[in-house]
Amino acid sequence: MMKWVITIMITLSVVFGILSGNISAVSTAFLEGCDSAVELMVSLIGIICLWSGVMRVAEKSGITESLSKLFSPLLSKLFKGLKKGGRAMQYITLNLTANILGLGNASTPFGLEAMRAIEQEEKNPEPEKASRNMIILTVMNTASLQLIPTTVSALRLKAGSENPMEILPCVWIVSVLALTSALLGVKIFGFIYERRKK
Amino acid sequence: MRVSDFIIPLFIAGIFIYGIIKREDVFSAFTEGVKDGLHTVYEIFPSLFCLVTAIAVFRSSGAMESLTALLEPLFSFIGFPPECAPLAILRPFSGSGSIALFGDILGEYGADSFPGRVASVILGSSETTFYTLSVYFAATKVKKTRYALPSAFCGDIAGMILSAVFVRIML
Repeated sequence: MMKWVITIMITLSVVFGILSGNISAVSTAFLEGCDSAVELMVSLIGIICLWSGVMRVAEKSGITESLSKLFSPLLSKLFKGLKKGGRAMQYITLNLTANILGLGNASTPFGLEAMRAIEQEEKNPEPEKASRNMIILTVMNTASLQLIPTTVSALRLKAGSENPMEILPCVWIVSVLALTSALLGVKIFGFIYERRKK
Repeated sequence: MRVSDFIIPLFIAGIFIYGIIKREDVFSAFTEGVKDGLHTVYEIFPSLFCLVTAIAVFRSSGAMESLTALLEPLFSFIGFPPECAPLAILRPFSGSGSIALFGDILGEYGADSFPGRVASVILGSSETTFYTLSVYFAATKVKKTRYALPSAFCGDIAGMILSAVFVRIML
């Protein structure tokens, strides 16, 4: 997937850059872009390490296991074939909880750990190909589960909104429906892919 | 002081205290986790680097504006405010970019205008899909993401269209 995305983006940029006379901007964007990529990564290192450390402590003392057992009736319907209370389930639970609470910076390290735990637990015979559980977890993370969109409300307040929170009910409904569509997508496209394999 | 300021510090302190009560070596557990965290950073850096650079290049070329102009008839056909079209296109690729665009929309049309509200709902109900997909799969050995992208896009497109619909109905 990514090989196409990257090639198309770069080709389009160069073609448009030449056509619109922006090619010098494109040229500097390569240098500035890779700079900001490094900046972004450096700004992530601290937060990823902090949450990985804290959660390892929680894992060792059994907190995450209890949390994942609490949510397992619900989550085992979505994620099939993972060990109940196992490491993968624990990190999936943490990832989704952090998402809902809006701890955006914490949810990514949990999600990545969950992906690796799923990989280890499933022992996929074809490790090059994404498994269904991996796809469900990533797709859920591409939808927004956040209860209170704090960044949006803060920016609305700054822009002089009379009621920055008035969008909340709308955001909830749209989020739930978008997540439902994405999971329906998993069902439909998953079905098509499995069929094609046979 | 807000209530939310208490959550994270109390949460972290609580975990350490509970660990000590359970007689775990919380320090070595923590450092072990940090080591794993560094490993995660190392794993995801190459794809993140590639994507962030490509997006910066793409935005600088003016291709975004042309793409928006091209899609405008389609957007207005489904009742989607054309002012929000660039945001809808950029959102799946770039978090910081879409926040900047969101600020522009609020500044230009007002936070309580129709485009301002639709933009707010879009930003509040979606995520940076491409970034998430590439980073999550980069942490594994997966090369073929199979139906992850089409499914995620299903959700994104539904979210964009429904944002306009529900702002019309509810606000």
